[in-house]
Amino acid sequence: MEPIIEVKDVYHQYGETEALSGVSLEIFPGDFVAVVGANGSGKSTLARHLNGLLLPSKGTVRVKNFYTHNPEDIWSVRALVGMVFQNPDNQLVATTVEEDVAFGPENLGVPSNEIRARVDEALKWVNMLDHKKRSPHQLSGGQKQRVAIAGVLAMHPEVLVLDEPTAMLDPVGREEVLQVINHLNKELQMAIVLITHHMEEVAMAKRVIAMAEGKIKVECNPIELFLQTELVDELGLDVPQVFALGNLLRKYGLEVDPAFDPEELVNALCRSN
Amino acid sequence: MAFDITLGQYIPGDSFVHNLDPRTKLIIAIALIVVLFLVNTFVGYFWIALFLLLATINGSISARSVVRSIKPLTFILLLTVILNILFTEGDILFQLGFIRITEQGVFRGLLLGLRLILLILSTTIMTLTTSPLAITDALENLLGPLKKIKFPVHELSMMLTIALRFIPTLLEETDKIMKAQMARGADFESGNLLKRAQNMVPLLVPLFVSAFRRADDLAVAMESRCYRGGEGRTRLNELKYGKADYLTLAVVLPVLALVVYLF
Repeated sequence: MEPIIEVKDVYHQYGETEALSGVSLEIFPGDFVAVVGANGSGKSTLARHLNGLLLPSKGTVRVKNFYTHNPEDIWSVRALVGMVFQNPDNQLVATTVEEDVAFGPENLGVPSNEIRARVDEALKWVNMLDHKKRSPHQLSGGQKQRVAIAGVLAMHPEVLVLDEPTAMLDPVGREEVLQVINHLNKELQMAIVLITHHMEEVAMAKRVIAMAEGKIKVECNPIELFLQTELVDELGLDVPQVFALGNLLRKYGLEVDPAFDPEELVNALCRSN
Repeated sequence: MAFDITLGQYIPGDSFVHNLDPRTKLIIAIALIVVLFLVNTFVGYFWIALFLLLATINGSISARSVVRSIKPLTFILLLTVILNILFTEGDILFQLGFIRITEQGVFRGLLLGLRLILLILSTTIMTLTTSPLAITDALENLLGPLKKIKFPVHELSMMLTIALRFIPTLLEETDKIMKAQMARGADFESGNLLKRAQNMVPLLVPLFVSAFRRADDLAVAMESRCYRGGEGRTRLNELKYGKADYLTLAVVLPVLALVVYLF
């Protein structure tokens, strides 16, 4: 399968410090990649390379047939790779929800009746269609973040990059946003790159990439990562609680399958007897 | 202190006035303002008032919102009327010591008061029946020709939209910072004017810092969503002149001209 995004041996220099040193990565259609790492590990820098907000000092980022370092390609890259940021307040532009979702397609020069259709469709995907006439400051954090996702979806991207989208949300808002992300990946086969601090969110991904000191240290599936407790410690990460309990049980000789969900763990325990 | 501001006084509706193109309403509001300065008689004002009354009834604007729009300007209104009544030379109606009230004074005072009220009403009817966003769009469109002389019309209207979007956010933030500073013993309510202004510093500094950070975040988010200026942009709601708009302009503008001519 042909990758949508191909990151090839990318270096990035921030003044004196090297934020990325030799990162290579491929994102495929329908992919779900979680990117984890301690603060300053370079995960946000990597995310910003994917749609050309930052350009590599060395190496290339290719999105389909476009290169981020080509000035004439940059807008095609950004239309293909949608980006959602951390702060739900600071990424909505317009005074009503529907106008905000329309902002992206407007910039692309989509005809106005098609914008209307795209806005409704995108708001339906994130389950915010009933709020389309409301103004952003009347919404909760989780709702704002879903509108931000809709705003990106209306541009019909092929990859959705989310840079810690739940970091500033309460548990309810977080759950709403995660559900939407999961739904987009499962139902619409949207490729997702989720940068996150919450190890529980990693469980949803098909692949996880753990970064440290500007390098990719591990690339595997979430279960494989959290089975290696020492490595997880070394990277400055945590094992999700339920999974950690499973690890402990295995350490004491109980044969349970690894699980992220309490209910799954209970089932695994029942099976093991 | 609680900030409860509903921005723009826009009340959604489905009347004839509501459905007019915002450009039509903007043009008529501007025409009314000009006419109000040209007309100097009560008869003239009567016709304009009648016109505004019709628009008010059609837009189903409540008397309450009309009063509310005039209220903040009560002081200026009274001052204008009283000063004009007291200081206009002419035939004396009434004298008490050095206070002289003249016939011309009363006439002028009332006329100017009425003019002010009608001016406020002309713009209020527009803002009550048109969303702030539509007004910005109308402004961008009407100022369009100025692009030829490199006037940044699109940028101006984008700034207006963003300002409208962020005013409630920043007000909320002001409230939050104020409470945080009060919790640490800041005092915003006592002292003379100078002292109070000084006390505002611990409020304004964090507010500005955060506003700049927001601006930075927003710029990055806008760029990610392919924003590159007004060139080649389309709009969700394109402005469209309908039959009603042409008809309204064709009737209202000549009538206003006639009012100027006759009175």
